[in-house]
Amino acid sequence: MNTTNSISNQKLKWRVFNDKLFSIVMMTLAFISAVPLLSILYQLVKKGYKQVRLSFFIEVAPDTMQAMMAKANHEIIPGGIANGIVGTLIIVGMASLIAIPLGLLTGVYLSESSKGKMANIVRFVVDMLQGVPSIVLGVIAYIWVVKPLTSGFSALAGSVALSIMMLPSIIRSTEETLKMIPPTLKEAALSLGVPYYKTILKVLLPTGMSGISTGIILGISRIAGETAPLMLTALGSSAINLDITQPSSAIPLLVWEFYNDPNLVNLIWGASLVLLLIIFLLNIVAKTISKKWKVQY
Amino acid sequence: MESTVLNKTDDRIIQIESPLLSIDRLSVSYGGNKFSITDVSAGIQKNKITAIMGPSGCGKSTLLRAINRMHELYPETHHKGSISLGGEDIYKINPIELRRKIGMVFQRPNPFPTMSIYDNVIAAYILNGIKLKRSEKDEIVERSLREVGLWDETKDALHKKGTFLSGGQQQRLCIARALAYTPEVILLDEPTSALDPIATAKIEDLLVKLKKDYTIILVTHNMGQAARISDHSMFMYLGELVEYGRTKNMFTTPKDERTEAYLTGKFG
Ligand SMILES: Nc1ncnc2c1ncn2[C@@H]1O[C@H](COP(=O)(O)OP(=O)(O)OP(=O)(O)O)[C@@H](O)[C@H]1O
Ligand SMILES: [Mg+2]
Repeated sequence: MNTTNSISNQKLKWRVFNDKLFSIVMMTLAFISAVPLLSILYQLVKKGYKQVRLSFFIEVAPDTMQAMMAKANHEIIPGGIANGIVGTLIIVGMASLIAIPLGLLTGVYLSESSKGKMANIVRFVVDMLQGVPSIVLGVIAYIWVVKPLTSGFSALAGSVALSIMMLPSIIRSTEETLKMIPPTLKEAALSLGVPYYKTILKVLLPTGMSGISTGIILGISRIAGETAPLMLTALGSSAINLDITQPSSAIPLLVWEFYNDPNLVNLIWGASLVLLLIIFLLNIVAKTISKKWKVQY
Repeated sequence: MESTVLNKTDDRIIQIESPLLSIDRLSVSYGGNKFSITDVSAGIQKNKITAIMGPSGCGKSTLLRAINRMHELYPETHHKGSISLGGEDIYKINPIELRRKIGMVFQRPNPFPTMSIYDNVIAAYILNGIKLKRSEKDEIVERSLREVGLWDETKDALHKKGTFLSGGQQQRLCIARALAYTPEVILLDEPTSALDPIATAKIEDLLVKLKKDYTIILVTHNMGQAARISDHSMFMYLGELVEYGRTKNMFTTPKDERTEAYLTGKFG
């Protein structure tokens, strides 16, 4: 008796120790994975906070000469990233206008006809699309839009490239969200004589609103920082440009331009910081929506 | 085969004089050659509660859902025979029109989760885009909630979500939602199987009260429920309507041995 008791006691201690060890390892790993993010943020804030003044948001990017002069006088580089901000807003906004209706419709289609052959093909294509490198989407938009439509680089072409990139996440989140809705809800509407398409529009989509809009916002935050496809489509512009058939700047394009110009290279930090903050903000909004609008069945 | 021939003639199926609904040799399939109900003929009397009983999978829901054409949700379905409502072939009426005349209540309470109690009651009008004056809406909401005995409990919380109510209250809300559209017939598919005994008793009382104004068809697994509240009962077995009669007669002197076996708990 005595011996078995002491053995089990030892075992117990060993288990408690194991539990502790496990949670310490977990915490360490979690911390390690957070390190890159924290250090990026630290770098950006440390090097970029001085530039992020009001003028940074309302003035366009300086040219090399202006920056060189400022450097020589030990002043902060003048100008801002207004052309990039406006460009990003226009390009991303237009991409959303294209991708949201298309993605919603496709998502609804997939959730409604979940077994059909056609649905399986569409689902396969969407999965493939998710894996297509963004630069390739840039090439496609170049072929579809830059050459035939706007006969030159344009914001519109950038939007087309980014909208294709957004599609999979919108389609998937719409499909998954709608599939979670109990079928009895649809039956309730149909049994009241509500036509099928109205049932989708007025019952299913509002009920899935939280999940769907979270998917949309995450999709937007994913494309907001894309650079490669924009290089082949929107190209960049030193001025604020509201004409969607003309080349346009975007924040990530500016970061790239700054990087390539030794006189402007210090602007990278401020521009990246703004871009990162926008994306953080979008993610926070998405989180809040998915919590606040959560529907209880 | 033999029994279906008998069905038409023998005394196991009562003949209802001038029925509101009449089901004539109805067979329904969810696809292919397999029919989930076969050759069902029955008249449904106005302002009565008709119960449909039978073991799981015998086709109760299929029969019920054929009456408001909800089975057409599944694309492969097809049917033989016919159903008429007040002499009119329901397969010739637009399903949207038909469902205005025939309301439905489901097994699990299913109020619209994004809508308030108030909007849930008038959901049929909202979702169908029928414009109503504020006073008309108020009137419909109050009348319907009173009809289901939910008015006093909810009148101060009409703008709360319907999903905040208890299960039994939600189910009464769903009945109110069906009543608000002023149907002639109400179909209920095991409406109390997800509820506790007290909530069940309330719904049963309610249905008895409602038959004054509506014709009620109730699918139930609960023989006690059928005995308590229904006027007529159907017993279905393997897709066939085995027996249909006055509930009292059927529970005391069933005519078919399968009905008797079911009622005495030998199967089901
Ligand atoms: N959507 C469907 N597709 C194919 N077969 C179905 C479908 N719905 C029901 N069936 C089949 O039809 C038959 C009758 O089903 P039904 O749902 O009408 O039975 P029920 O009497 O209502 O059973 P329960 O008491 O379990 O609700 C069953 O054999 C069932 O498998
Ligand atoms: Mg059923």
